Amino acid sequence: MWIETTIALKFLREGRTQTALILIGIAVGVAVIIFITSLITGLQSNIVERTLGTQAHIRIQPPDAINRVLPAPAGTVQLLQEDKRAQRLRSIINWQQVVGTLDQLPQVAAVSPVVSGPAFARNADALLPVSLLGIDPIRYQRIVPLAQYMISGTLRIGAGDAVIGRLLANDLGLTVGDKLRLQTGIGRTALVSIAGIFELGVRELDQRNVYLDLKQTQSLLDLPGGVTVIDVTVREIFAAKSISGRIGALTGLKSESWMQTNAQLLNALTSQSLSTRMISSFVALSVAFGIASVLSISIVQRTREIGILRAMGTRRVQMLQVFLIQGAVLGFFGSAVGALLGYVLAWVFNAFGPGLFYIPVPSALVPAAMGLATITGIVASAVPARRAARLDPVVAIRYA
Amino acid sequence: MPEPPSGEVLRLAALRKSYDVGRPTQTEILHGLDLALGRSDFAALVGPSGSGKSTLLNLIGLLDSPTSGELFLLGQPTRDMDDEARTALRGSAIGFVFQFHHLIQAFTALENVLMPLMVTKGRPDAEALARGQGLLEAVGLGDFAGRKPNQLSGGQQQRVAIARALVTRPALLLADEPTGNLDTKTAADVFELFRRFNRDFGCAVLIVTHDERLSATCDRTVTLVDGRIVSDSTQAAVADAAGAERRGAT
Repeated sequence: MWIETTIALKFLREGRTQTALILIGIAVGVAVIIFITSLITGLQSNIVERTLGTQAHIRIQPPDAINRVLPAPAGTVQLLQEDKRAQRLRSIINWQQVVGTLDQLPQVAAVSPVVSGPAFARNADALLPVSLLGIDPIRYQRIVPLAQYMISGTLRIGAGDAVIGRLLANDLGLTVGDKLRLQTGIGRTALVSIAGIFELGVRELDQRNVYLDLKQTQSLLDLPGGVTVIDVTVREIFAAKSISGRIGALTGLKSESWMQTNAQLLNALTSQSLSTRMISSFVALSVAFGIASVLSISIVQRTREIGILRAMGTRRVQMLQVFLIQGAVLGFFGSAVGALLGYVLAWVFNAFGPGLFYIPVPSALVPAAMGLATITGIVASAVPARRAARLDPVVAIRYA
Repeated sequence: MPEPPSGEVLRLAALRKSYDVGRPTQTEILHGLDLALGRSDFAALVGPSGSGKSTLLNLIGLLDSPTSGELFLLGQPTRDMDDEARTALRGSAIGFVFQFHHLIQAFTALENVLMPLMVTKGRPDAEALARGQGLLEAVGLGDFAGRKPNQLSGGQQQRVAIARALVTRPALLLADEPTGNLDTKTAADVFELFRRFNRDFGCAVLIVTHDERLSATCDRTVTLVDGRIVSDSTQAAVADAAGAERRGAT
């Protein structure tokens, strides 16, 4: 390989201008790929963060109550009129065990049992419907970092303290320290004081959510010791669907991932990724054609030298290698410059761009891009290299 | 490298070459040539343009293969060799000197000289470097080892090319109009070099040339006209015998 590499490098160095031009071409292509991939990754993680920042990746609920129908004896025709059962608020059976099991799953990042149900919030004459959420603050914080969203007061839950949304506080004319009367459908009431007010930025949640202590909520909803929902976050958000499926199968409970509840968002993200990949592929393709065309020209220019090398005992496969190595070297060094350029672009965007979100350049992207560019260089040089290897030395020496 | 005892380097037996075989335009260039060349031969191949000299040179140089007949190089039949074997034999047994020196521009004079060794054996060792430097000195370019071809004159480049042709210690040196674009003085120097290597290394030399003065100074002149050998102004038998004798003595 030594002589092939030496010849390849000398050829590249000798054709300085050509080499420099194609290196710039490759660098620009790789920079574009790195920048656009980082941009879209940053944009997507921003969107996902905003969407999933206020909700669990997977929600686990008790299975729906259904009518159990006795199977008809063989040979009979069964006519059935069925009314769907009303879904009353029920606890997840054996939820402590389910939480324990989920805690063990390696793909699961956090698990939070919640007891949740409807109620009315009353202050003076104002009466508004709310959702009660009885939580274990430490566990729940790992799903929705509530403390980050507090706009006044503190996140203090328990012993008659509640945290409510900004819009609800507005509508009821309440501030931190005021009392709030809660009343559930089964006639139980509680008087809680408002310890803090949050703003999640989602209208529905800011208007309805009332966070309470787990125990107090259980008694308000008449579900002593029970929880109605288990919220789960996973480490790899796009694996939520498959993990949710596994959890459903494992526990026999109703398990729904964000990918099912936000199908449209998922669709948008997928199309975005697809278009990024397409742009990258086309850029890579044009870079590949650039390499191939430069090497083709170089082979025409060097026809005679190739002929001499062949006459001196250089084997076809060595000639092939000389040009494959050139492709690899161009791909490698071009992409190294391109990676640097991509970093600079991302930095410029972060420093001087619209500032809506931050683009991180994923560290794995650079070696991946460089590896791919090197392989692309080799593949792109295959066609011209084969032509060089097949050159008839007689023709090459005589007529070049 | 196995060698026939007679010191025979090259033998052509009823060698024919046609182009466009199987097509209506098929033309035969060489019509059954027989020729033998020994270690000590210093021969010129002459003939008018279009007589098939270059075609024959390409066949002898294993750059091309005959349509029929056989070409023995160092006793080995070569017609049915594949490209790999042909290339390997060419690399080890034949040295080329072309009309237009044909150095590789990206490499220095010494690297050019060593190229035939490097492409077959890889990185040159101390012995190879010494041999290359020695050859450069032999062609009077000992001080020019580090120069690139474009820093050398035409005659100097041709001398580098000759040193390159000899670096593998080939059994046969093929030269195609080696002095074609050199002035008389330089041409004479180059010719003298061929003489010396023929004598010192026992390397058969075959020079293709138009130049009658040049061919007249060769020991043997093979004349090709219309694809046939019309004369072989031979002291061939004598030369072969002398070659065999010399080999026997050493």
